[in-house]
Amino acid sequence: MSIPTRHFDALIIGAGGAGLNAALQLASADVRVAVVSKVFPTRSHTVAAQGGVNAALANVLPDSWHWHMFDTVKGSDYLGDQDAIEFMCREAIPTVYELEHAGVPFSRLDNGKIYQRPFGGQSQNFGGDQAARTCAAADRTGHAILHTLYQQNIRSRTHFFDEFFALDLVRDAEGVICGALVLEIETGEPMLIEAKATLLATGGFGQVFRTTSNAHINTGDGVAMALRADIPLMDMEFFQFHPTGIAGKGMLITEGVRGEGGYLINKDGERFMERYAPRAKDLASRDVVSRAIVTEVKEGRGCGPNGDHVLLKVDHLGEDIISKRLPSIRESSKIFAGADPVREPIPVFPTAHYAMGGIPTDRFGRVAVPAGHGAEEIVPGLYAAGECACASVHGANRLGGNSLLDILVFGRLAGKNIIDYVRENPYQRTTDSASLEQAMSRLTRWEQKGEGIPVSQLRAEFRKCMEDHAGVFRTEEIMTEGYERLCELRERLPEVRLHDHSKVFNTARIEALELENMMDVGMSIAVSALKRQESRGAHSRPDYPDRDDQNWLKHSLYYREGDRMDYKPVRTKPLTVESFPPKERVY
Amino acid sequence: MTDSTPASERQRLAWQCRRGLLELDHLFSRFLELGYDDLDAAGRVAFQRLLGEQDQILNDWFMMGVEAPDPEIAVMVERILAVVSVQRD
Ligand SMILES: Cc1cc2nc3c(=O)[nH]c(=O)nc-3n(C[C@H](O)[C@H](O)[C@H](O)COP(=O)(O)OP(=O)(O)OC[C@H]3O[C@@H](n4cnc5c(N)ncnc54)[C@H](O)[C@@H]3O)c2cc1C
Repeated sequence: MSIPTRHFDALIIGAGGAGLNAALQLASADVRVAVVSKVFPTRSHTVAAQGGVNAALANVLPDSWHWHMFDTVKGSDYLGDQDAIEFMCREAIPTVYELEHAGVPFSRLDNGKIYQRPFGGQSQNFGGDQAARTCAAADRTGHAILHTLYQQNIRSRTHFFDEFFALDLVRDAEGVICGALVLEIETGEPMLIEAKATLLATGGFGQVFRTTSNAHINTGDGVAMALRADIPLMDMEFFQFHPTGIAGKGMLITEGVRGEGGYLINKDGERFMERYAPRAKDLASRDVVSRAIVTEVKEGRGCGPNGDHVLLKVDHLGEDIISKRLPSIRESSKIFAGADPVREPIPVFPTAHYAMGGIPTDRFGRVAVPAGHGAEEIVPGLYAAGECACASVHGANRLGGNSLLDILVFGRLAGKNIIDYVRENPYQRTTDSASLEQAMSRLTRWEQKGEGIPVSQLRAEFRKCMEDHAGVFRTEEIMTEGYERLCELRERLPEVRLHDHSKVFNTARIEALELENMMDVGMSIAVSALKRQESRGAHSRPDYPDRDDQNWLKHSLYYREGDRMDYKPVRTKPLTVESFPPKERVY
Repeated sequence: MTDSTPASERQRLAWQCRRGLLELDHLFSRFLELGYDDLDAAGRVAFQRLLGEQDQILNDWFMMGVEAPDPEIAVMVERILAVVSVQRD
């Protein structure tokens, strides 16, 4: 098989904050690095992060990395690895300063220091008063970070392959991963990129659910590639849902709306949160509000012709407050729901927001898998960082502002580790022809002609099934039914056909490839969720309502082959400080 | 107006509609489906120029009520909003 081939020291798949921060370390050290991105780099999803990034700089209120660590361990519902969390919270400080020096225009205090805002889940002194830990560049932190990193990479001569779609990882004859097969979207031609080290930084996968806040590109391609390379996925059942997305569309309506006095009602006009959370009501935690909404809908009190959402009422706040304090919410509701909140309520439903699980890594971004008898083995030459990875800093639930931190810290460290790796492993491995053929078959499979099932149909059925059976409401019965349904859908995948077999910018083909990826990723979520018989963090089961540390203080590992599960212990020992033992999580 | 866009050009635009923000994904891809064919040559150029802008700037124009400094682009923003916004009885 003759396929054009390029060689680099390092290949990075994904140009969000994680991929670009890794690339910058490499390019600055004169390592030849290629970055592949299916969209233009500054259109990566990192651009959507408006809130900010956490670091205990103590610029506004007293703070320390140790308090940040406590909050993160507690927030994770004790499922986060405490060594990785200590590491991230310590590294947060130099990471933010490095970004500042690279030119990220952080908002400033009058004294010139970086401004920091308070966010949920942040405390001083191990659970005391509110802390102010989130550094922001106005309301466009993700954008500012992404642009700065991109410019720095251009300056450092990182080689970009923009609008190239990574199809699959490839291996040499010994089975060592040595790069990836990619597809140039414009020409439809494949290309092999061989590298001494490969980093997966492909971001999140909210698109597996019908209602999500994630952009269309978040289809979990990198995690699916890892699965196909026999790497298990870790803690996939933990997916954060935001209670108020625009119904049927997913765009976020921030908590700020309820903070300002907005409240939820069902079809009878009842303020139903009073029944579920008599004290906190509409300001109860995300999972409580999400489940309440789904319960209302399931029990027939949903609104609209299909009874499939509830309403968020804000008109009583008055036009002045709505326009001044919630301008983008007003626009969003008008555009995507056809409802001006000044006059009518916003139709809302929980929206899939953030993946805590992913490809298991150590704190240097190295992919680490169990090697029997509890030991772990590093997969040589393969790294992962960002939302697609699971260094296990978020455990069962991530705190606001900690995901930008995760992608930056572990992207940076992965980059630094790859520098050493390629120096110690200076020879390029050659792709085995069988491995290349297997990767190519992902592409050639879509040349099959005939009627078949359209991609859009299977995609819609699959995403609906995920929402109904692996979303917010998770009982044994609902999830077992969902698993069976997903198996059926998976069996229909080979019957899917493309009608457009052209090459140039064949977006239908990309969507087909993404569908295959999403279905693998969706299955990993559904199976991991079905098997975990407890409620912890974002994974909430009415049939097992309590956290069960005795049986379930452990990480899940899902293997694609046979939908098999395995488990590994949580690393409760930090690097230098005492452990935080599990406690009930009250706020 | 009949669609005179070569299929590959339309496909290229479809990929440019993939953005970092779900809101923009939705606005652009729906407009390509519902409103692009009705644009004249100048309108098509304006749409393509709009796609070349940065996501956060676009967010300001579409979601924050900030007016685009270039009048042709500002008209295009209004047009997209008019075509894509959900209308309810
Ligand atoms: C609406 C919203 C608001 C948020 N706000 C915040 C916040 O305020 N603070 C915070 O900390 N976090 C926030 N988050 C979470 C945070 O934005 C993400 O977790 C983070 O940006 C992910 O970064 P990443 O580098 O891992 O991936 P991304 O930025 O998603 O980048 C993924 C990259 O992979 C590429 N890619 C994917 N698949 C392929 C393929 N097959 N071939 C080639 N390239 C591919 C893409 O092109 C892209 O370049 C928010 C998330 C959302 C949805």
